[in-house]
Amino acid sequence: MKMTGAEIFLESLKKEGVKYIFGYPGGVVLGIFDLLYDNKDIQLILTRHEQGAVHAADGYARSTGKPGVALVTSGPGATNTVTGLATAYMDSIPVIVFSGQVPTALIGNDAFQEADIVGISRPCTKYNYLVKDVKELSLIIKQTFYIATSGRPGPVLVDLPKDVTVSKTEFTWPELNIRSYKPTYEGNKWMISQAAHLIAKSKKPVILAGGGVVLSGASKELKELAEYTEIPVTMTLMGLGSFPGTHSLSLGMPGMHGTYYANKAIQESDMLIGIGVRFDDRVTGKIDAFAPHAKIIHIDIDPTSIRKNVRVDIPIVGDVRRVLLVLNKILKEEVKEQWSEVRKAWLKQIDEWKRERPLTYTYSDEVIKPQFVVEKIYELTKGDAIIATEVGQNQMWTAQFYKFDKPRMWLTSGGLGTMGYGFPAAIGAQIAHPNKLVIDIAGDGSIQMNIQELATAIVHKLPVKVAILNNHYLGMVRQWQELFFNERYSYSELYSHVVPDFVKVAEAYGAVGFRAIKPSEVEPVLKEAFKIKKTVFMDFIIDWKEKVYPMVPAGAPIDQMLFEEPKEKAEKKLKAVK
Amino acid sequence: MRHTISLLVENKFGVLSRISGLFSGRGYNIESLSVGETIDPQISIMTIVTSGDDQIIEQITKQLNKLIDVIKVIDMTELDHVEREMVLIKVAPRHEDKAEVLRLAEIFRGRIVDSSQKTYTIEITGDEKKIEAIVELLKPMGIKEFVRTGKIAIAREGVKK
Repeated sequence: MKMTGAEIFLESLKKEGVKYIFGYPGGVVLGIFDLLYDNKDIQLILTRHEQGAVHAADGYARSTGKPGVALVTSGPGATNTVTGLATAYMDSIPVIVFSGQVPTALIGNDAFQEADIVGISRPCTKYNYLVKDVKELSLIIKQTFYIATSGRPGPVLVDLPKDVTVSKTEFTWPELNIRSYKPTYEGNKWMISQAAHLIAKSKKPVILAGGGVVLSGASKELKELAEYTEIPVTMTLMGLGSFPGTHSLSLGMPGMHGTYYANKAIQESDMLIGIGVRFDDRVTGKIDAFAPHAKIIHIDIDPTSIRKNVRVDIPIVGDVRRVLLVLNKILKEEVKEQWSEVRKAWLKQIDEWKRERPLTYTYSDEVIKPQFVVEKIYELTKGDAIIATEVGQNQMWTAQFYKFDKPRMWLTSGGLGTMGYGFPAAIGAQIAHPNKLVIDIAGDGSIQMNIQELATAIVHKLPVKVAILNNHYLGMVRQWQELFFNERYSYSELYSHVVPDFVKVAEAYGAVGFRAIKPSEVEPVLKEAFKIKKTVFMDFIIDWKEKVYPMVPAGAPIDQMLFEEPKEKAEKKLKAVK
Repeated sequence: MRHTISLLVENKFGVLSRISGLFSGRGYNIESLSVGETIDPQISIMTIVTSGDDQIIEQITKQLNKLIDVIKVIDMTELDHVEREMVLIKVAPRHEDKAEVLRLAEIFRGRIVDSSQKTYTIEITGDEKKIEAIVELLKPMGIKEFVRTGKIAIAREGVKK
């Protein structure tokens, strides 16, 4: 039987197991939307902005490991997806965007709502397609899902001209063979064995675990490696949850706002094992001074990640989980060390660093400290909630004070640093996990970047909780201005204690709004919010002077850290760094 | 150091922009680029001349390999290979230089592919040094136009450095 392109599109999505599409209608995709009207298999989640749709698909993908799908119209609908695509691209998230396009005969004619989205999205997608013939459609969709989810995952965009969705052809579900795309999954056995022997020789090793561990589902294998060889683990922002944050071998996050002991351990280590990481500048600080005494083993599925930023002694290209399985086997069967003897001195040293400078803040009875809010959220959820964040101070405080024990519970825009990501991502995660507690920890700046998605949450009855750490500033900008721009707060004040009234905004959309001004109000507000099965905004008026510490100034070595301390002392240190 | 990289790619629209976009997006340099179909019309071959230190060249070849439409990447510089480029040079010599222009064309095994009352157009094929040499010699005679194809390269059979 012949089917239209629109029918083939939905049939193919069904074959790929898609249950939800996040989207927004418009002229050239009305044919597809018409079919969705009474489609029983696929539900469309109508967001209030196309950017929200892509972030929601991203949150769905991160929290499930399955691809997240978005559908938008041509022109502005398509260009509004660019930030979402770039966000997913930087963090290797399988997001698939289908964009409508003007009819093929009009492409290039500056038609109404025409944009060259394939050209625009080329540098921020893993791959993209313009479908020129309905006969190619099912094969392209199959390739799209395969490319997005295999190898190093990433976003793929498919541009669907209107005439392609209308014309008819026989539906077939073809076999796949992309001769030019063959990801490497198995690591080189000889290299892995070299790595095992190097691990046995090292006295002061550290594991740096990143988002690749989460993507590859290798948490169990990582834990086995760390526990067996007694190597401490530090997790990058993207790697939080890949190894239990409450584990005695956990060092927390390294880098710019990392822990003192993680950065110290890296700098003093004689071996660094990077697993599913790409050595981002926020992790390494000054690259020439990064891990100066360490031999570096780097395991990653993407060969371009290796030796891009740091020198590597043993490169292993492959799927993290499969490589770790082999590595653990070799360590147990061939190397066999008395690990606890070997590690004694190193772990003692790390304990000393942990005691010397723990992650801390100064509690106050008068004014709410943001870290206190995050700690309370952790305490009340017992770590069993999906946590999204926006970008800036809210993100760093959450990364520092919420201990993630399990993967896929943490949604944050790590690479691109997209403000406005968290709330729609939380919505996407809530769609996938209707019975889980999903919380977006936001700032008053970021939440205003996609605040319209309140309507999406309300209409779909999603009990997403948003904890706004309201300091009426773009806090991280203000922090940099205070430290590096002589306290000249140029355009970073938002006056959000005056406008908008977040409680009233929430109520206007039909959500519940709470406000906490005193520290004593934090716990009751959180408890109440978590009890209600509705969308809740919590406006925590926090100490606007609070900064994220420790902090490594941009471009400094990661052991040159600033801490919360008297001003004169901090200034002296800053001068030395500058 | 300068490297000549050969790429086998899918012969589809948009592939050239993926490759040039990769170079511009990551701040790599393209000195020359030539593209053409292979015997298999579904596959094109590109020859790119680029430069950079070892780390940059390693990144370039890895990044090219990572592109979905790239089938194979060969860094010719690591192999024994033959490089050729063709140029068309339109010269407008003074009357007294005309004989010299013809003589130079002959010495460099060039061919006169067009002539007019005032100009000769010479076709020259060769490696970079040969082309540079004839350009230097023809310059004083008055080069009016100059077009080059960009380099193409092929590995010598069976010989690896």
